[in-house]
Amino acid sequence: MTTLQFKNVYVQSSGCAVGPLEKAGPLGEYFTNAFSDNYCEESTFEKAERRLIKEAVSDTLKKGKLTTHDIALAYGGDLINQCASSNYFAKDLKVPFVSLYGACSTSALAMGHAAIAVEHLQMKHVLAFTSSHTATAERQFRYPNEYGTQKKETTTSTVTGAGAVVLGSKPAAIAVTAFTIGQVIDWNFSDANDMGRAMVPAAYDTLMTHFKDMNRTFDDYDLVVTGDLSKLGYAMLSDLCLKQRFQLDNKLNDCGLMIYDVNNQPIFCGGSGCACSMVVTVSKLFELLQSKRMKRILLIATGALLTPVILAQKEAIPCVAHAICFERKDA
Amino acid sequence: MNEIHLKKVAERHEPKRHKLRNALLAFVFGGLLAVIGQFAANFLVEQFQMKADESVTVVVLAVILITALCTGLGIYDNLAQWVGAGLFIPISGFANSLASEALESKSEGLIMGIGSNMFKLAGSVLTYGIVAAIVFSAIRYGVSLL
Repeated sequence: MTTLQFKNVYVQSSGCAVGPLEKAGPLGEYFTNAFSDNYCEESTFEKAERRLIKEAVSDTLKKGKLTTHDIALAYGGDLINQCASSNYFAKDLKVPFVSLYGACSTSALAMGHAAIAVEHLQMKHVLAFTSSHTATAERQFRYPNEYGTQKKETTTSTVTGAGAVVLGSKPAAIAVTAFTIGQVIDWNFSDANDMGRAMVPAAYDTLMTHFKDMNRTFDDYDLVVTGDLSKLGYAMLSDLCLKQRFQLDNKLNDCGLMIYDVNNQPIFCGGSGCACSMVVTVSKLFELLQSKRMKRILLIATGALLTPVILAQKEAIPCVAHAICFERKDA
Repeated sequence: MNEIHLKKVAERHEPKRHKLRNALLAFVFGGLLAVIGQFAANFLVEQFQMKADESVTVVVLAVILITALCTGLGIYDNLAQWVGAGLFIPISGFANSLASEALESKSEGLIMGIGSNMFKLAGSVLTYGIVAAIVFSAIRYGVSLL
């Protein structure tokens, strides 16, 4: 049993901040905090990423009428070595802080841990945030931003943005009811330009574990959203689910396909990054629950745990996925 | 989950690779670049009475300068996505790898940033260029002794 269930964890408030490409995408209307260029009024991209976290967290605290003194514990993560953006941001936050790394799955990982802290450590308010920035991620994992290489058809684009959530025990409209911690899966897939398909087996495994533990199927959810599988990975996951005779009924989607217009924006196969699933969750998914259009949503945040050095040593890419379930609670 | 089964499913979702289109575009654009270079070299010879080999050097320098400018202005990477090897193989690819890496590491300072990172991508071209030069000149020398 790897699924943890919660009875008293509610979303107290949430917020996000994004870059220009995300603002121009299909979810643009949900993003009230958006910057018009990727530098976000700062001098380096690393500072820009921290600025995005700062905007997202202060937006969240403001909406929840909270201050940093109300936060008992914070979890955060990003894609940069040593979780630099989160750790450097946390020095200004001045609350007990744990940085987490699960590549792009960090969003569900941070929110899940925050839920554990609320339910089992009886903490009143726990903050979870993640961020990613296309320029810092390119530099970390690939080539310089202005390097003229022809990117493959299977590439995904890292979302520039940050999202934050405060979880607490005070009853509210959205509850966090379950958290499935995934296994790390390596299926000898080593194409770093195709992380979408690389992460599918991990997403599938976590989804099946969640269904089995909770004794549920797609029928019990209004929507099952994966983190950043790209359109190729999305098709592959649908294929695997259909093979197991699951009825999808248009209930499967992907955050990376929701945040961008895959056909008209220059983002190749879809969006990716820690911010991708986080930003879509706090904007679109929470809105679907709050507006009573949906009752129960499962987010499966997927992460490719590659490091460029080991990849160059010809080893495959291990991947992981964590699932977190949100439900609307009617008063 | 079975690895072979997964690989089979993954194969079904292999995207269309535009290899032929990319090769054609690279051929046409790379060729066009060479033709323009040749015209420029001829122009220098005729108008400024330069020697043929000097004019080639000037053209190469001009390509490097234009590439570095385009890299800084953020035009180069968009163009390279479109024409690929047409820009990557000529000297423009080498110039872009230096300029882009220098831009990227600017924030880390002149010595540890730009100085030590600038040849990160271009370094292997230099290393193997020199190795190849030694090997081939040794072969040439060996042949000349026969």
